[in-house]
Amino acid sequence: MSNKTKKGDVLLEIKGLKIQGFSDEKWHDIVKGVDLKLHRGEVLGLIGESGAGKSTLGLAAMGYTQPGCRITGGEILFDGSDLAQLSESEKRGLWGNRMTYVAQSAAASFNPAHRLLDQTTASTIRAKIMPRAEAHSDAKTLYGALNLPDPDHIGDRYPHQVSGGQLQRVMTAMAMSPRPDLIVFDEPTTALDVTTQVEVLSSMRAIVEEFNTAAIYITHDLAVVAQMADVIKVLRYGEEVEESSTRVMLSDPKEAYTKSLWSVRALEKPIQKPSDTLLSLKGIDASYGTVKVLHQVDIEVPRGSTVAVVGESGSGKSTTARVITGLLPQLAGSIEFNGEALPKKLSERSKDQKRRIQMIYQMADTAMNPRQTVRDIIGRPLEFYLDMRGEKKEARIVELLEMIELDASFLARLPGELSGGQKQRICIARALAAEPEFVICDEVTSALDQIVREGILKLLLRLQDELGLTYLFITHDISTVKAIADQVVVMNQGEVVEQGLKTDVFQPPHPEYTNLLLSSVPEMDPDWLTNLTRHRLETAGNAV
Amino acid sequence: MHPIIAIILNRLVLGIVTLFMVSLIIFISIQMLPGDFAEAILARAATEETVAALRKELGLDRHPVLLYFDWITALMSGDLGNSYTGRGVIGADESRAVFDLVAPRLKNTLFLASFAAIIAVPLSLFLGITTALYRNSAYDRIMNMSTLTTISFPEFFIAYILILFLTSLFPIFPSLANVDADTEFFERLYWSALPALTLTLVILAHMMRMTRAAIINLLASPYIQMARLSGATPRELILKHALPNAWAPIVTVITLNLANLVVGVVVVEVVFVYPGIGQLMVDAVASRDIPVVQSCALIFAMTYILLNLLADIIGIVTNPRLLHPK
Repeated sequence: MSNKTKKGDVLLEIKGLKIQGFSDEKWHDIVKGVDLKLHRGEVLGLIGESGAGKSTLGLAAMGYTQPGCRITGGEILFDGSDLAQLSESEKRGLWGNRMTYVAQSAAASFNPAHRLLDQTTASTIRAKIMPRAEAHSDAKTLYGALNLPDPDHIGDRYPHQVSGGQLQRVMTAMAMSPRPDLIVFDEPTTALDVTTQVEVLSSMRAIVEEFNTAAIYITHDLAVVAQMADVIKVLRYGEEVEESSTRVMLSDPKEAYTKSLWSVRALEKPIQKPSDTLLSLKGIDASYGTVKVLHQVDIEVPRGSTVAVVGESGSGKSTTARVITGLLPQLAGSIEFNGEALPKKLSERSKDQKRRIQMIYQMADTAMNPRQTVRDIIGRPLEFYLDMRGEKKEARIVELLEMIELDASFLARLPGELSGGQKQRICIARALAAEPEFVICDEVTSALDQIVREGILKLLLRLQDELGLTYLFITHDISTVKAIADQVVVMNQGEVVEQGLKTDVFQPPHPEYTNLLLSSVPEMDPDWLTNLTRHRLETAGNAV
Repeated sequence: MHPIIAIILNRLVLGIVTLFMVSLIIFISIQMLPGDFAEAILARAATEETVAALRKELGLDRHPVLLYFDWITALMSGDLGNSYTGRGVIGADESRAVFDLVAPRLKNTLFLASFAAIIAVPLSLFLGITTALYRNSAYDRIMNMSTLTTISFPEFFIAYILILFLTSLFPIFPSLANVDADTEFFERLYWSALPALTLTLVILAHMMRMTRAAIINLLASPYIQMARLSGATPRELILKHALPNAWAPIVTVITLNLANLVVGVVVVEVVFVYPGIGQLMVDAVASRDIPVVQSCALIFAMTYILLNLLADIIGIVTNPRLLHPK
């Protein structure tokens, strides 16, 4: 990508753009004077944490502001005309014609009531770029170019009838159908599993290259943007941190903030020697209704260590956690905890058995009652399990807050008044309040930005060290596994594919699925995707 | 078999079960009415002997469980039974079949209901869609305010206001809708214009506001933003992108209102002296004419069940997830 030569003249130039958003009864600055230049055929990566204003900026590049936002200054020059000054109907003439958009959640961004082919070609036909029949046959060609299965007929389906990764590719075909000058990709692979992400990324990259389309690629994932972009711009708090070509940015970032983004991925926990077994699952089968989701799952968790369970969505990771906590009684198999068998059902377990196993969830938002203060949230397990009241309880809550690097000033706050990272810390404190031996962390850092994620992981590691905790860490993110795990369990379709020490699992040779999973994790090397695609093609060729 | 057919059959069976439950409830509530036909009709002449004799003749002296099964078995063979009225004195039987009493009245009621529905449903859809399109405009506010005003007044009040304006001040329509079986179609329309208009005003607001709310609710979905960014016009956004996904809630409210047109119009019938089924039932309750009351109640129940079934089916058919399963 980065050595592409067909760069043209300036297509889009944004000068001093300022955007405000309305919330909590007042206007806030979201984008605070950003400049941006995009040439024809160039791919610009916009990267930053949530709240950096990258999506707002990407949409503004199309002259679009979300409801509740307004442009308060600056120019958006697209091919010479200032989009900030155009009327809605003038911009409508450009949208779906000269500029198109690929949204984050394809499942939510397709209209459930219409067939894919009609949605793919609607704007092309409306803008009279091609007649209907030609647009349809062109769309089928695009489906093929994007490696969609059965390109001639997949368009006859409805959005709910195809998978997330396929939908994301159909949306790329939809964006490409009118042959636009500019495509804005807004976190298009964030919601996908890694193995799917690789396929979607290479399809998208190939087609953008084929038609020499300019693109803005918005993501929070550095490794992904390294594959897609010629130039990377780092944003923070609505301002530019720095911009340079992809290779320079990766090898030699200038600003401290950029360097901190890069360094998160370097976190790696030294492996702990396995000790006696705290928890063991033997031959667990489980099902939801008639659908069997776990098949003969055996997992050993040594005391004081971290066992990471990795796998894609639908692999049975979270179901395993539900079985351990007793929320979903298993059909067959046994669970031993501290050498004694745990009853299947939650209602048959003693209070003490429940206390020893605690859980932390992915969405801290929905895991806390929004009407309860931090004091109530952390105080509840203290009362319930340990029968603490009054001053003793209050003192313990403050102690717990200090353990998670917060302080007594948070006691009276509601979850809505906390940041994402703080919310997850409160959830950790709530789990610790019960003085557990074993904590299940279900994708606890997936919804967090990289820097916040690093903070939470470090906190978890420190707590493990101080309190001798044992973790079962469920994640789909391999860099998180490297950061925190001693042992790794790889799951696929309800079965354990491989388990052992982190160093052993990550060393080849791998079972086939582990290999696919590991090789699909994007690396910070701009040539990674190119090499991987070539390698996979060759292996496939050899196999035939 | 297509899964939709299975769902519809399932709903049908449930509808029949519901109907049986309702028939039981109707029967029990009527048993609990104070007094019976024999006492009501004999009035002052009701001595113990005469009452007992009339009861015996009507079969009312038997056990209620037997009475229920008689009624149900007759019903299943399509026989609504005979009315009690016309049996002035013991021995003389000038009673008519319930069917002959109910059928013309039901026809009238269905005519009025269809008349009102044909005006109200398209009008409320049109108003709902346009107010969603121009939401928060002066047009939207005026429409919301006026429909809310009409729904806030009792039916008889609207009826009398209409009579005041359209009969007394500007004599356009007649104030009495006294149609009979021989009235011709267009004349019938003319005579029943005011009651239909009254009913329209009463049910308009509910349907229109639901349409508006369902569409506006969907306008916040990501696929609407996506459609906007693909260059769709506001009209396309609403008609092509929001409306097809809004049918289920809209249809539920429409059918509820249609059921109300059949079942809940007795006040309007009284004001305009319209010979509908509501009046028939009220009269029958007063005279304890139990076969008629039971038949009317059952017809009302059936109307609700059928219309709800229709709403369910439309809700299913407009949901691509059910219509085109994976």
